[in-house]
Amino acid sequence: MQSKAVVCKNLRKDFGKGEDAVKVLRGVDFQVNYGEMTFLVGPSGCGKTTLLSVVAGLLNPTAGDLAVLDADIAKLHSSEAVLFRRKNLGFVFQQFNLLPALTAAENAAVPLLAAGWSRKPAVEKAVVLLRDLGLGERAHAKPNQLSGGQQQRVAFARALIHEPRLLVCDEPTSALDAETGHHVMELLRKSAVRADRAVLVVTHDSRIYNFADRIAYMNDGLITRIEEQQNAA
Amino acid sequence: MNFVAWQMLTGDRAKYLGLIFAIAFSTFLMSHQVSIFCGLMNRTRSQITDVRDASVWVMDAKTQYLDEVKALTDQDLFRVRGVKGVEWAVPLFKGTSRAKGADGKFRGVILMGLDDSTLVGAPRKVILGSWAELRGPETIAIDQTGYKFFFPDQPLELGRQLDLNDHQVRIVAIVDSEAPFVNLPVFYTRYTQAITFVGRERNQMSFVLVKPQAGLSDGEITKRITAATGLKASTSLDFGWETIWYYIKNTGIPINFGITVAIALIVGTVVAGQTFYLFTVENLKQFGALKAIGVTNGRIVGMILMQAVIVGAVGYALGITMTALFFDLTQNNLDLRGFRLLPEIMMGTAAAVFLIVLMASIVSVRRVIVLEPAVVFRG
Repeated sequence: MQSKAVVCKNLRKDFGKGEDAVKVLRGVDFQVNYGEMTFLVGPSGCGKTTLLSVVAGLLNPTAGDLAVLDADIAKLHSSEAVLFRRKNLGFVFQQFNLLPALTAAENAAVPLLAAGWSRKPAVEKAVVLLRDLGLGERAHAKPNQLSGGQQQRVAFARALIHEPRLLVCDEPTSALDAETGHHVMELLRKSAVRADRAVLVVTHDSRIYNFADRIAYMNDGLITRIEEQQNAA
Repeated sequence: MNFVAWQMLTGDRAKYLGLIFAIAFSTFLMSHQVSIFCGLMNRTRSQITDVRDASVWVMDAKTQYLDEVKALTDQDLFRVRGVKGVEWAVPLFKGTSRAKGADGKFRGVILMGLDDSTLVGAPRKVILGSWAELRGPETIAIDQTGYKFFFPDQPLELGRQLDLNDHQVRIVAIVDSEAPFVNLPVFYTRYTQAITFVGRERNQMSFVLVKPQAGLSDGEITKRITAATGLKASTSLDFGWETIWYYIKNTGIPINFGITVAIALIVGTVVAGQTFYLFTVENLKQFGALKAIGVTNGRIVGMILMQAVIVGAVGYALGITMTALFFDLTQNNLDLRGFRLLPEIMMGTAAAVFLIVLMASIVSVRRVIVLEPAVVFRG
């Protein structure tokens, strides 16, 4: 049996209070295993992004139990949560959110800079990682000089450079065309999935479902079905 | 992360330059206007600072400032001379008259009558001629600005004549005196001649200039003179400041300059604040991403403040250089004599610029602090 990177039990999240409260997560039971790529899928507004935000420690749950990498992340002080994220989590955003003034390598190096590394070794490490991701020649280009697929690879580099144990990806292919999206997911699977790391991907792009080891279907604030795939791409 | 903050700031060249120029022009406007104001106020006491030989001024007890005096009597002069500790005391006439050039152009002039025997009260710097020539009849020394008014575009030349209140007077010296508050020509002549030129009145003596004996302070002698004569006695420094304060309290000059400086402060703050805020708002997603990645609020605030300090420092340097250049390039302009950028003004402007960037960054800092990092997951 595989160990769990994320365990949610009866997880709830409300926005607002009293009768006006919007119940977005209504008792989620969910797990993410190490060494797997888990997809969280469902229609818009079903609570996928909220669940991702709670798991990533960006939002606090209203109720329920949540263990991320064996830590009760909801009970961490905000400054502890920041340090926890910095050390253990990697993020891939839908719109990449690269800093336009920085080069690809500098963008990829941001988590190391945030952790106190000096610029030169951080950028050197980023260049090596970008080379592994097939972007070695574009390491010193600015984001606006890169294609969407290249920008997403820079975002992968930024998410992986500090070797996090949990990678959270929000709609990683939604800003890309089908072919580029496919290549990007191949690359993500190849570079990110490791025995000591879990990958959680929120998506509604059914064309990439075949890259998942497990797919959790979500609807109306609940996990309705979990599907395991033996032969992920 | 300082490197990231620097790159974020300078990466958007248009906004960066916009911020710099907003601060630079605010700096220029504030420092320039305050310099002009201080220069103007300094001009109000120019005839006091021109007198270097005597350190104490004696005048009627009700005198408030330099340009409005009630004449003293000859008896007052003798009483002052009789005060213990007075090394010497001489009369000084200060009045106005009207002079006419050879071309018929006339203008009001400031007429200073110096003690006949000592010429105490004469400015130190003589450009052409000599004070000794003033001992001749119907002679005057004229300041350079006055000369340029009566003889425009002509070289400095002695011996030229002017009509001073129906007296044909001859220029025997051209001097470099401090610029007066009202930009009138300044004529210097002997005390007795000055009285002749303006027409005899019962009393003519504007001031008595006093030098205390060695070892006696100016403050002590002023007390003694006032006690002994009932006249008002002030040190040059105090009388100068009294004159400046009179103009500050009784004219609209400080209000007008104050309005300009306030506008510069407000416009600088609004433009810089708005641009800085827009800059922050446009980078909000990036700041959110940084927060999600694990950059602390304190670090992000530090980044924003560093950006603000850079913008403030560069803008201030540019603006203060513009002001310094202005006064450097105009230093030979006779109409702008006495206007200069003082170190105190540079420091005061720096404090105002610090206030501007602080206020400009506070709104941005607040916006980023309350930003939820989860915003990065919202498409």
